[in-house]
Amino acid sequence: MANANSPLKSASGPAAQADWQVVVRRRLRAIARFIRQLFAQPSAAIGTLIVIFFLILALFGSAIAPYGENDQSHPTAVAPGTADYPLGTDFLGRDILSRVILGTSSIFVNAGLGTLVAVGIGTAVGLLIGYQGGWLDEVVSRLIDAFLALPALLIALVALGVVRGAVIDPTPTQRFLLDNSVLLVIAAVYAPIVARVVRGSTLEIKTLEFVQAARIRGETVPYILFREIFPSVVPALVVEASLRFSYAIFLVAALGFLGVGARPPTPDWGLMVSESSGGRFQLAPWALTYPAIAISLLVIGVNLMSDGIKNIVQKSE
Amino acid sequence: MWRFLTRRLIFFVVTLLFTSLLIFTLTNVLPGDVARTILGRNASEAQLVEVREELGLDQPLPLQYLNWVGGYLTGDWGMTFTSPRQPIREVIGRRLANTARLALLTLLIAVPLSVTLGVIAGLNEGKPLDNIISILSLSVVSLPEFVTGLFLINVVALGTGLFPPSSAVRVDTPFFEALPALWLPAVTATLVLIAYIVRLVRAGIIEELKKDYVNTAVLKGIPYPTVIVRHVLRNALIPTITVIATSTGWLVSGLVVVETVFNYPGLGRLLIFGIDNRDLPLVQAIVMVTVFVILVANVLADLAYIALNPRIELT
Repeated sequence: MANANSPLKSASGPAAQADWQVVVRRRLRAIARFIRQLFAQPSAAIGTLIVIFFLILALFGSAIAPYGENDQSHPTAVAPGTADYPLGTDFLGRDILSRVILGTSSIFVNAGLGTLVAVGIGTAVGLLIGYQGGWLDEVVSRLIDAFLALPALLIALVALGVVRGAVIDPTPTQRFLLDNSVLLVIAAVYAPIVARVVRGSTLEIKTLEFVQAARIRGETVPYILFREIFPSVVPALVVEASLRFSYAIFLVAALGFLGVGARPPTPDWGLMVSESSGGRFQLAPWALTYPAIAISLLVIGVNLMSDGIKNIVQKSE
Repeated sequence: MWRFLTRRLIFFVVTLLFTSLLIFTLTNVLPGDVARTILGRNASEAQLVEVREELGLDQPLPLQYLNWVGGYLTGDWGMTFTSPRQPIREVIGRRLANTARLALLTLLIAVPLSVTLGVIAGLNEGKPLDNIISILSLSVVSLPEFVTGLFLINVVALGTGLFPPSSAVRVDTPFFEALPALWLPAVTATLVLIAYIVRLVRAGIIEELKKDYVNTAVLKGIPYPTVIVRHVLRNALIPTITVIATSTGWLVSGLVVVETVFNYPGLGRLLIFGIDNRDLPLVQAIVMVTVFVILVANVLADLAYIALNPRIELT
């Protein structure tokens, strides 16, 4: 959709320009229709609004949060909700509301961007092996099958557990990889699933006439993959991506809880729950409850939205 | 059928090999020195050399891999690095038994419950009862295991006093002695599975109800409940076996978290312990054993499927 202004190979000149304007307008209309259909379903509308709410917190959290994530400004450290600290403070006297708000961006970066990277890699691989077929498809598909037999959490745990503390003086590249290890792990464990879904759709679409026409015209493989086949894969892809996003939130939260994701004092929701459990729960139950509610609410929102998207796609088929 | 079984067997072996390569690559190619990872940043050069020698890290990588895989096949799984140092195989064996009983109890609760709910939802498609079950299972699936687990500990166990708040039993506690400590973890893990199984059973029932033979049977004058029990359920529930087997993967991930929340001495808790203490040989062995168990569950499900449904087409 975004590459609509790259020139079409099969046409040029003013006619082509008018062509892409038509294409852009048609796609904008399709997106608008999609959004209308999403909001026409009450549960999907609620879900989408929940996701948008958290997305706003993720983007503008630092402007919204009343305190910094590690400000220990409360006079008596642990305290239940008051006017100044609506959700109370944790065992170090940090404001829970601020920490929950500021933790939103880490979940969106790790789970959201991680899913997007997985979708990008998975789409490219799925299109290629589905279209090319032959031994390439056979080998990569078997590898994907083998990978999907492994539980994602297990792979993520081992990968993150190994890289943690393994390098003493990281180079700038290593530092970048370490800082984004959760995002990269999410991308790595979900890319194969996306690839399988895209491959499945590609196998059906590549037999259609417009793809064969493009091949006979002598278009290049990347052109056929991304300009001819890709648009038809988008519906299945959107359904899968939204589903993956909800799993990714779960996975990021679980990794934080198990202590291999974000490190203290990061305001990560999963980490906040684990830091406030055990003996500390009796001291400040609210410090555990609110991040837990935030995780559940976001997952409910994404699940409702994802169900709504699936309904729209299934209906249009 | 033999062709099908051969294919499954090849998949079994290929997946195990792939897993071993993946785990080996993850631990050896990712940035960092294995000996350094195990011993931490304050290790002396002499200690590092000692660990490298024990693990054969001074040999070329392909040879290391072959030694490592060969060790599993001959039963020499190495020693844990966390003190007191023990043979990995014995430690894992004991913990695996504990996880197995927790998994078994979970399946005993989860399968009858979710199949019943799935059948009820499927038979009442679109009616209020179906909607209630769907909404309930959606909300349950939106709660992470550690949230439900902590809720059960803090509210149910501490609130009522009926269950112990921690499941930290001794590793070799007999089953019935450990049972009180197993209920809450099993319920938590059940919630992980329930939504997944309900959804698939419901879909199976709805699909089966649309088939022609249902109409034929009803038109022949067989009472509707009899048609459901004798024909629809029978056909719709066979795929459930596969569903339950494929959910072993979910169950395994769920149990890692559940065992950690409840401090239950199973394989999942041991994995987290291994990771926290950077005990790489232990972590590698746990992953290999877990994947092996998942694959065996899948093969067993295939066999059960064949046994129950003789007319299935196998490719």
